[in-house]
This record gives sequence, structure tokens and C-alpha cells, in this order.
Amino acid sequence: MATSRFAGSLRRLRAVARKEVRQLSRDRVTFGMIVGVPLLQIVMFGYAINFDVRNIATVVQDLANSSMSREFIAQLRATQIVRVEYTTNSSAELDRLMREGRASVGVVIPRDFERRLQSDTRPAVQIVVDGSQPSLAAIAAGIAQTPILVRHGAGPYAGGKRMAPRRIEVRTLYNPEKRTAVQIVPALIGVILSMTMVLFTSGAIVRERERGNLELLIATPLGRLELMVGKLLPYVGIGLVQTTLILIVGSALFNVPVVGGLLSLYAATLVFIAASLGLGLFVSTLAQTQFQAFQLAFVTMLPSILLSGFMFPFEGMPVAAQWIAELLPLTHFNVIIRGVMLRGAELGDVWPQLGKLAIFLVVMLGIAVARFKKRLD
Amino acid sequence: MSGAAVSSGIAITARQLTRKFGDKVAVDHIDLDIPSGRIYGFLGPNGSGKSTTLRMLCGMLLPSDGHAEVFGLSVVKDAEAIRRRLGYMPQKFSLWEDLTTDENLQFIADLYGLEGDVGARIAQARATYDLESLRRQRAGTMSGGQKQRLALAAATLHAPELLLLDEPTSAVDPQSRRDFWERLFELAEAGATILVSTHYMDEAERCHGLAIIADGRVVAEGTPRALMESVDADIFEIEGADGSEAPRVIRELPWVHGVTQLGIRLRVLADRSTKDAAEQLRALLARHGIDARIERTDASLEDVFVVSTRREKRGD
Ligand SMILES: Nc1ncnc2c1ncn2[C@@H]1O[C@H](COP(=O)(O)OP(=O)(O)O)[C@@H](O)[C@H]1O
Ligand SMILES: [Mg+2]
Repeated sequence: MATSRFAGSLRRLRAVARKEVRQLSRDRVTFGMIVGVPLLQIVMFGYAINFDVRNIATVVQDLANSSMSREFIAQLRATQIVRVEYTTNSSAELDRLMREGRASVGVVIPRDFERRLQSDTRPAVQIVVDGSQPSLAAIAAGIAQTPILVRHGAGPYAGGKRMAPRRIEVRTLYNPEKRTAVQIVPALIGVILSMTMVLFTSGAIVRERERGNLELLIATPLGRLELMVGKLLPYVGIGLVQTTLILIVGSALFNVPVVGGLLSLYAATLVFIAASLGLGLFVSTLAQTQFQAFQLAFVTMLPSILLSGFMFPFEGMPVAAQWIAELLPLTHFNVIIRGVMLRGAELGDVWPQLGKLAIFLVVMLGIAVARFKKRLD
Repeated sequence: MSGAAVSSGIAITARQLTRKFGDKVAVDHIDLDIPSGRIYGFLGPNGSGKSTTLRMLCGMLLPSDGHAEVFGLSVVKDAEAIRRRLGYMPQKFSLWEDLTTDENLQFIADLYGLEGDVGARIAQARATYDLESLRRQRAGTMSGGQKQRLALAAATLHAPELLLLDEPTSAVDPQSRRDFWERLFELAEAGATILVSTHYMDEAERCHGLAIIADGRVVAEGTPRALMESVDADIFEIEGADGSEAPRVIRELPWVHGVTQLGIRLRVLADRSTKDAAEQLRALLARHGIDARIERTDASLEDVFVVSTRREKRGD
């Protein structure tokens, strides 16, 4: 008896999932979004990161004003990445030019440039970057990696030595989290998934209501949990497809590695997808129309993107914002995904975050089921 | 599976069943006893509360007052148990427009957990409701009549004991309507109880039993024949008075319930308490220089409807 009840339940759940897949595959717009949104986003962000930038307006503050410092500036010019538009002796002037956006990069050569180069462990050159332009942060990192030959004594580059990258310090203004493609792509998985997942499921229940199918659906023996889980399942698959897409594009375009195991990565992503879908279903039970659902989904997306540590460093946020961030699945997923993709963490290393995601899923699904009545009022 | 109430011959009972939406009373303390194995009709104009009543009976709207039992089960507490034994066809087409006939039927079969050879049962439904040529057609591209056949096939697929049909023929041509009613009689013949709402008089006349609903109340109840025979009015047909003046002056008589123009004839509903109605009418028309022929005739369901709703209004 109990097993046949369970079999019936499973059959209804599968029927709902299959129907959802059929409807999705016939809805061209949604279908396009499944592939289009992640591709568009990753290419957009990717361009911002990997933009082949040249001739960036630059201000140079050469305090050393020595032959060696002039040589250094010449080499910098030769890279064609920067175009020295201003030279100044005052820090205030440099600040002003940067603030007014007339220069995007500032190169500060300290008075004791040569001594620092020879012996000092302190950075020899400071490059100041306008971090509000995401592409520049990566550029600066690039400049810092530029092998710069420094002449010793006479003779063209005789005994020249490579200046160690660490000797050039990059200070990012307005964006203290120095970001590179390697860091952005893992975070993008979370951002893209939470956008598409919440957006898709937020309309799931409302759509049945708007199209008038709900009245028939609730007249059948279909259970509430069966309906919710059945609705959610197809999107789990879609989420995994999107993840794969981002990983492939990330690896192909930006050489983003997956240091940890793929299995860990997918397992963690699965939990995150389910949590996001739970949130979407909850939104779906709040809204009366698809438009409302869409707006509500957007409302949940904003804090996710702003507070999860994707935009701003988590540590720098006010305590209240940190509390809110604690409640967002993306915050925890960011920790997991960076760990797995960049540091080779295993699932065991990130179980507190995984646990929080699982709790989030159960709570959201619970609220959604409780809120959804098989009634019209 | 058959409850005590079914064997006693009553499928649905309602007592003082009421539903309010804010201040608006959509269903106003109605009592119903609907026998099983019959086609029972709700006849009423738009907004009279037919859909609201049906929705309460399948447990998707809660009563504001009173109670109702289906198969002896409470529509509030035992809604799930009722749902398994009930087929519901909402007023608006509610199957999935982007799914085909077969896909829609398969989905419904899964939801009701149909056992045995499901494919055969779906094939049977296709044959009964003439859907064979529409197997792979999406519901959204079907005509009104095709949609309605599909909806009825879906509502009856699990062989429910009770069918609730909410204005099933409103978007359908006359031939489809006749076919549809043939199917309903077959289902009733096979033992199903059918509760159907309509605002068509001719459909109402085909029901075994009928409740006339106006403003959320049952204003008359019985078999169509009994309703027509016991109508509290005398019906006169007047010929030769097809101007605009005659209806106007007749309507001013205090004992006239209603005047309807039917081509060249006027149909007048007169209160029974007026004994010499025909003479009074003739005299009135003569005074306006109209020489008309006046004849008494039998009441139609429409007359019953007009009289009952009129009495209801004056009774308050
Ligand atoms: N969900 C609702 N909210 C508010 N009023 C409603 C709702 N459903 C029905 N009504 C009102 O209740 C009355 C009866 O409606 P309904 O039962 O649909 O009538 P019918 O089916 O006979 O046309 C109407 O006045 C209608 O406007
Ligand atoms: Mg209605």
C-alpha cells in the first residue's frame, strides 16, 4: 500500500516534469534564453576582462627623474598599452586627473627608484588603476607582468635583468578586489545560475495560473510537493547544461582552470541550482502574474549580485549587509566554487556552505509548498 | 468505493452553501439535493454564481457559510478523496495549449494514476470523442468544438462517478452541442452523475433535473416539465401587434411579468391572480387602436426563468 502510494507519487512527479520539458522545448524564447543568457553574459564579462586595450590615458609622476626612470617610461610607452598624456610632480595633480577620469592609469616612480630596484624589497614602481573600469584592473595586472629590462651600467641592455613582477605594485582604486578572469568566471557560474534559475521557476506556477491551467490541475489528485518538485527537476538539468557551457567557454576563452574535481564541482553546483530553484518557486507562489514574478525575481537578484561578494568584498560590507548576505545562496556558493575551481577544494572542505545551501532549499521548498493551496482563493 | 450516500441515490447535498467575495455575495445560502446517475442542470445568467458553486463542490473555493457533501464527504475536509472520484471541466479551456491531444491525455492519465493498459484507454477516449485525427495536433490550434471534445475526454478519462461541467458548450457550434449532449446521456446511462451549468434554455430542457439560479440563489427547482407546468403565470401570445407601442403599454400593466417580442408575435407573461387577463389585454390594445389576436399558450423554460427571477426580486 505504502509502496504503491509512493509509486503513484513518483509517476505524477515524472508526469509534471515531462510536461514541463515539453512545454519548454516548444517555447522558443525560453529555450533561447537557456543557452543565450549564459553565453551573452560570459562574453560580456569576458570582453570587459580581456579587452585588448591600447593607448590608455596615463599620467606619470616621475619623482626619480633619472636616466633609469626615463628608460622605464620609454619601455612602458613601447608596449603601446599606455599613452602617457600627462606628467606631473604632484600627487594631488595625479589624484585629480584620475578622479576626473582624464587618466585611467597612474604610474608613480618613487624618488629612490634605483635603490629600490637594486636592493630594496619594496616595490619599485606603483601603478595606480581606476578600478571602476573592470577591464583596467586586469590590464594593470598585465602591466605588472611585463618583463622590463633595466640597464645596468653602460652598454645596451648589457647584463640587463628581468625585474621581478612583485617589484611593481599595483594599487587598484575603487575596486580593491583585484579581479581577473580566473576569479570572475567561477563567480559568474553562480551569478548566471541564480539569474536564470530564479527567473525560470519564478514563472512556473504563475504561468499555470495565468493560462488557466491551474484550475484543472488543482482539481486532480496531484500533490503539492509532487507539483513543486516536478516543476523544479527539468531546470536542474538546464542549470547543469548552463554550468557546462560556462566552464567550456571559460576554459576556451580565458584559460580558467578547474583545479578541483569535476564531480565535486557538479555536485556543489547541483545543490546550488536546487536552492535557487527553491527560491524561484517561492517567488512563484507570491506573484499573481508572470510580470509580478519577473519583478520579484529581479528583486531577489539584486542583493545576490551586490552582497554575495561578487561585486564588493564581503569583509568590507556593513554588518547588516553581511547578515543579509548570509541568507543568500550565492554568497555560500561563491565560497564553494572558488574553493573547488581555484584551490582544488573537495566537498568535505566546504560542507558548512553546502549544508547552508541544503537548508535554504528545504526551507524555500517548504514555504512554497505551504503557501501553495490547491484552491483558487 | 461507493459511499452510503451514493446508494441512497443522492450524489451532492448542499445546505445554506454561501460564498462571499468581499461584500459581494456570489452564492447566497443555497440548498441542493442532486440525485446520482442523472444529468442535473444549473440554469442562470452570467454572474449568477454557477461557477462559484461548482468550484466549491470540487473543493477549490472554501464556503463562507453553510456546507456541502459530495458522495457524503465534506467538500472542505475531504476534498482530496472527492477529487479522485470527480471529473471537472472548467468554464475556460484548461488543458495545455502547447501539448498535443495524446500528450494532454497521457498527462491526465498519469495524474489520476490510471492502471492497466493506459494506451488502450486513451485510444478508447479518442474514438469516443472523435479525436483520432487530432492525435498530434496541439490543443492551442484546435477549434472550439475540438477543444471541448478534448476537454470532455480528459475529464472522463478516469471514469469519474461525478462530472462537473461548467458551461461546456459556450464556444461551440450547434451540431457540436448536439453531439456533446449525446455523449452526456451515454455517460449518465453508464451510471455517472453529471452536473452541468448553462445559460441555454434548450440545454437546460434536456436535463433530468434543474435548478434555476439568479443572483446566487436557487429560485426554482425541479424537472423541466414540472417547472414549466407549475409556472406561476399565464402565457399569452399576441399576433398583429408588432409595433413598438403595444409592448410599451402592455409592460406598464402591474400584473405583467414580462413581454418578449418573437418575430411578429408578442409573448406576455401575466400573473395568475389576474383572472381576466386576456380581456384586459384586448381592451387595452383596442384603446390604442390595435386589433390583435390573443391566445393562451404553454409555458416554456424561458418563461419559468423570467417569472422565477422576477418573483425573487419582488419578494425582497
Ligand atoms: N474570484 C472572485 N473574486 C471576486 N468576485 C468573484 C470571483 N469569482 C466570482 N466572482 C463574482 O461572483 C459572482 C458570481 O460569479 P460566477 O460564479 O462566476 O457566475 P457564473 O458562473 O454564474 O457566471 C459574479 O458577480 C462574479 O463577479
Ligand atoms: Mg461561470
